[in-house]
Amino acid sequence: MHELGITQSIVDIAARTARDQGAERIVSVTVEIGSLSGVIPDAVEFCFEACSQGTLLEGSRLLIEQIPGRGRCPECGAENDIDAYSFSCPACGALGLERLQGEELRIKELEVD
Amino acid sequence: MCLDCGCAERTEHHHHHDHDHDTRTIRVEEDLLAKNDRLAAGNRARFAAHRLLVLNLVSSPGSGKTSILERSLRDLSGEFGFAVLEGDQQTANDADRIAATGVPAHQINTGAGCHLDAHMVGHGVDHFDLAPLDILMIENVGNLVCPASFDLGEDHKVAVLSVTEGEDKPLKYPHMFRAADLVLINKIDLLPYLDFDLEKCRDMARHVNPDAKILELSCKSGEGMDAWYAWLRAGVDGKRKQA
Repeated sequence: MHELGITQSIVDIAARTARDQGAERIVSVTVEIGSLSGVIPDAVEFCFEACSQGTLLEGSRLLIEQIPGRGRCPECGAENDIDAYSFSCPACGALGLERLQGEELRIKELEVD
Repeated sequence: MCLDCGCAERTEHHHHHDHDHDTRTIRVEEDLLAKNDRLAAGNRARFAAHRLLVLNLVSSPGSGKTSILERSLRDLSGEFGFAVLEGDQQTANDADRIAATGVPAHQINTGAGCHLDAHMVGHGVDHFDLAPLDILMIENVGNLVCPASFDLGEDHKVAVLSVTEGEDKPLKYPHMFRAADLVLINKIDLLPYLDFDLEKCRDMARHVNPDAKILELSCKSGEGMDAWYAWLRAGVDGKRKQA
């Protein structure tokens, strides 16, 4: 359940940013979670209410943008959509796919007032 | 409050207004693991200043991480200066076992936590004098999922898998095996009693991570330990050659 620590980071970063920008209240927070990141969006949502209590994020909406995985074959260069359980190139079968996208774990933006 | 990492709890409160405000959007674009990664970079710099080889041992519970360490420390502590950080949810049992070998050990209890993070490790190594050390072993909480995401400042993650667990562990927990530079397949003395297919296990590990080195050993019989020790020696040599 490392999502608890991840969610705590969302709250910490958002509250600090909002405070630095002089915001009184956070309406929503948007995060990007890549499908190869090892973090389960549902579990982050589950933790969010508890983590946000007593902070500037209490009552705010958590918006999660899921980013699909993309990989490039080191042998033939083919680019394909991949998930965390894709290991070989669908075109030539080579292993060791380079991950181009999908490992993101990022807080993107805040809506504040 | 810790001045390095600002680890004191912070709470805030806000006032509810019953009138509407116009909202505005603030771009943040900050990595959620940025704090851990920053602390890990601090740990790494501290280790580099002492040319320490730092390994993060990860596995499911019961694969034999502590037993591998005990035997390795008894065999090599005349050759290298070791210290061991032990991570478990509860008890100091593992640190006590390590301390019985004569090597400095410190236990980190994570409570409900499922992994070590760079913050815990940074404070954990405060218990050691790093100057005489060559190798710092960090034994993570037994868990093949969460520790994969947290950089501690180590040189290498070492994934331990024992032959009583089933050869498909690398496919079932690919994040961890993908993150490891070395895979140790332990308890090979038990192979005659099991259906475990060693070649299949190697293939699955290579499938997930073609770059990882794979060694088979038994910390009970001692078979295969020399190759692991040779890997450690090469790692320490590499550190000593660094300017």
